[in-house]
Amino acid sequence: MSEPVLSVRNLRVEFATRRGILRAIDDVSFDIARGEVLGVVGESGAGKSVTGSAIIGLIEPPGRIAGGEILLHGKRIDNLPPEEMRRIRGRKIAMIFQDPLTSLNPLYRVGEQLIETIRTHTDLSPRAARDRAIELLSEVGIPAPEKRIDGYPHEFSGGMRQRVVIALALSAEPDFIVADEPTTALDVSVQAQIIALIKRLCHERGTAVMLVTHDMGVIAETADRVAVMYAGRVAEIGPVRDVVKHPLHPYAKGLMGAIPTLEAEAERLTQIPGSMPRLTRIPPGCAFNPRCERVFDRCRVEKPEPIAPDAATSARENLMPGHLVACHLYAAKAGGTP
Amino acid sequence: MLAFVIRRILQSIAVMVSVALIAFIMFRFVGDPVNQMVGVDTPQAEVERLRASLGLNDPTLVQFGRFLWNALHFNFGVSYQFRLPVTQLLAERAPATLELAFTAALFALLVGVVMGVYCALRRDSWLARVFQAVSLIGVSLPTFLIGILLIYLFAVILGWLPSNGRGEVVKFGNWWTTGFLTLSGLKALVLPAITLGLFQMTLIMRLVRAEMMEVMRTDYIKFAKARGLRTRAIHFGHALKNTLIPVITIAGLQLGSIIAFAIITETVFNWPGMGLLFLKAVQNVDIPIMAAYLMLIGFLFVTINLLVDLAYGFVDPRLRVAMRT
Amino acid sequence: MPSPTPEEVKGLVAGGQSGLIARLLDSDIYASFRSSWVTMIAAAIVLLCFIGAAFAPWIAPTDPFNPATVFLSDASIPPVWQQGGDPRFIIGTDDQGRDMYSAILYGLRVSLMVGGLGVLLAASIGITLGLLAGYMGGRVDAIIMRVADVQLTFPAILIALLIDGVAQGMFRGMSRETTAIPVLVISIGLSFWVQYARTIRGSTMVEKNKDYVAAARLVGLPTPIIMIRHVLPNVIGPVLVILTINLGLAIITEATLSFLGVGLPPTQPSLGTLISIGNKYLFSGDWWIVAFPGATLAILVLAVNLLGDWLRDALNPKLR
Repeated sequence: MSEPVLSVRNLRVEFATRRGILRAIDDVSFDIARGEVLGVVGESGAGKSVTGSAIIGLIEPPGRIAGGEILLHGKRIDNLPPEEMRRIRGRKIAMIFQDPLTSLNPLYRVGEQLIETIRTHTDLSPRAARDRAIELLSEVGIPAPEKRIDGYPHEFSGGMRQRVVIALALSAEPDFIVADEPTTALDVSVQAQIIALIKRLCHERGTAVMLVTHDMGVIAETADRVAVMYAGRVAEIGPVRDVVKHPLHPYAKGLMGAIPTLEAEAERLTQIPGSMPRLTRIPPGCAFNPRCERVFDRCRVEKPEPIAPDAATSARENLMPGHLVACHLYAAKAGGTP
Repeated sequence: MLAFVIRRILQSIAVMVSVALIAFIMFRFVGDPVNQMVGVDTPQAEVERLRASLGLNDPTLVQFGRFLWNALHFNFGVSYQFRLPVTQLLAERAPATLELAFTAALFALLVGVVMGVYCALRRDSWLARVFQAVSLIGVSLPTFLIGILLIYLFAVILGWLPSNGRGEVVKFGNWWTTGFLTLSGLKALVLPAITLGLFQMTLIMRLVRAEMMEVMRTDYIKFAKARGLRTRAIHFGHALKNTLIPVITIAGLQLGSIIAFAIITETVFNWPGMGLLFLKAVQNVDIPIMAAYLMLIGFLFVTINLLVDLAYGFVDPRLRVAMRT
Repeated sequence: MPSPTPEEVKGLVAGGQSGLIARLLDSDIYASFRSSWVTMIAAAIVLLCFIGAAFAPWIAPTDPFNPATVFLSDASIPPVWQQGGDPRFIIGTDDQGRDMYSAILYGLRVSLMVGGLGVLLAASIGITLGLLAGYMGGRVDAIIMRVADVQLTFPAILIALLIDGVAQGMFRGMSRETTAIPVLVISIGLSFWVQYARTIRGSTMVEKNKDYVAAARLVGLPTPIIMIRHVLPNVIGPVLVILTINLGLAIITEATLSFLGVGLPPTQPSLGTLISIGNKYLFSGDWWIVAFPGATLAILVLAVNLLGDWLRDALNPKLR
């Protein structure tokens, strides 16, 4: 793999609240390469969206990045002055939000919002920017773009609005896009189209994507690699086939077991007992330990680091390299060398 | 759109008729209008003839119809105190009140919006806190107390500005008088305008602040930031435009209350406007003036409401569509 | 669902009165009260004003309305710290020789009484009409809300002035002393009821579709009983906030009317009347006659408003 487009190293995000400091992201690390799609899955509150906001530098007070670093093409961006970070936003890193109905300013024409964004990041003339905007709208599959460009957002359907949002995100040809549950608010029939669109456009441009979702189906179909998050930590990360077919972390296993498949229709879907702890009440040791079936003493005291699973497991499951899991079950056996 | 306009106009007329009904009831049943016009020694026959000539013996509905008809022609009868037509009394004093209200509204709107935007964007700065404190005091202090305070400071202690009257006025056309064209007129305007506008200013400031903070939390602002738009463009383009729509409504409606609140300011500053006339009418139970003033304010409010509603439609594209369908 | 904390459990188990107090002390509302010193000071000021008003006849050094103890020779004495001050009158005397401190205490009494009664009257009218409009719906609702709409187009002070003027016309010949307080209370009550009616109507319309109302109807309870015993307790909550915020407004309205000379007469002055009297002496340099009643009024209203703002925020979970 070439140098990653984006690296997140030991990222920690904290929110100061009246009831103390909440650690929303705890020691999260991952890399994304050019053209790669990294799926990020987990329950609501697991820290998926906060990770996205941290990368694009939009953590609002009382939240703050309390540790770690974020690197774009090997250069730190988490500590840049606001004005420099602003130039990167949209130009190098873009973001697509969950709800296309609220992502667009209702009082501005679609074209105005596009042209404004294009002209912020390039020195195109107003005319050229308008042509570019029409081109973008046609690329994202909006029919009659030269007419629709003067429409207001409320004149577009949900799916069409999300296409506009994608056009806006792509308007300055960023290297990296955070797509934060881009289809959750859409009709099921439109979801696949939008995902396919994101995938195609990013593939054509070599744009790296961090696709946040809780839809495992979308991940299985779209992502190259997948990270499973739980209570602000990465539980497991690896190539998508590996993680989906051979999940290692007990939580990931439970999560994959909850996907309905055609082959397994006779079986009941598995459930994970209990629910994710609130951020105020994360237990010591492994955050998953109270719900884990295979919990043992070490899990209650020592926080597991993401590690490559022990050789025996790797061989048995035929795992590919780059598969990491934060679970004491896969640590090299006690007494042995790692 | 047209259906919407017509519906709103019909509603406004309905409100005006109810206001007229109240004014009529006041006029007709609070105290006997005839007793106000005759002396104690007027013979009974004379009283009866006057009663008949005024139409006070007709059925109530007929009288109300006549009242409405007269009101449409700006005929509100004769003041009990001044023995002059009410319309003439009001018209003489209207320029003073309107100029004062206009200046106060302008002051309230400009300063209120600027302070509100500042407070929303620099929420934690010391100046924003000062503005916040001032606004709380502005809402809590009764208008007349603010007026007294300003008079004491700028007229009594410093002696910079006059404490009462309109200063020198210039006659303009047939009946309009303006204080805008002379130095003493402008100086006389400062304190009353601030006094009158302060409450609305704090209201607008709080509204702008709250609304803008709400807008800054919306997804489209987050998305605008994520696209790397310049802070200026986000604050003064996207956020301000969305903030000002609800503000237009409230500010427009406030214009009406400014004219009504002028009663207090005019009393404090002895400003020769309609409010002062109305207050004298209340003190002396001069019902024709009270009724006419009520109708006038009602008319202003209804008109402003109507205009604001229509303007709203032109500003907000979402409503434009809603009204078309 | 958040599980109850041990303290909450204790409170629930203990139940009854003590449980309620324990829960109150443990609640977020109390926590936010304790965490805001501004609110605590405001509460203290309001409490002080109420005590001062309630016990004015016992606290005040003199009775400013007893001609036997007021002497014209004491007129316009400045506060003690100024030259010509008199230790009998800490903050000076007015133009008729009345002790300002005593006059303010009695004025406070009148202001709070008129404001409080006015707000209570407004609330009673508003709650009754709101309940009727919300529960009955249809034509009753339409009429009440139309009236509310029309009234809402006019500022309260104008309505209060009109009512005051009309009332004077009707009570012609009766002395100002006997009619002033009832007229003011009615003016304030009729000027401020709309907000209560709208709030109550809104929540009543939600509540009346709930199962417990249907159940009460099935049991055959008469409509007034359902409205008062079952719906009312569930919709009355927000009224507390409006009451507090309106108290400040009502006090201002009364003071304004009195200042304008259509409220309380100088023989029975409220804070507004005192300010109105003092205003005449502003240019002669007798600043204390207007300054102290003015400051009292301002601080009282400010404190009440602060309390109201805090209460509104504390009860609004959206802002927390």
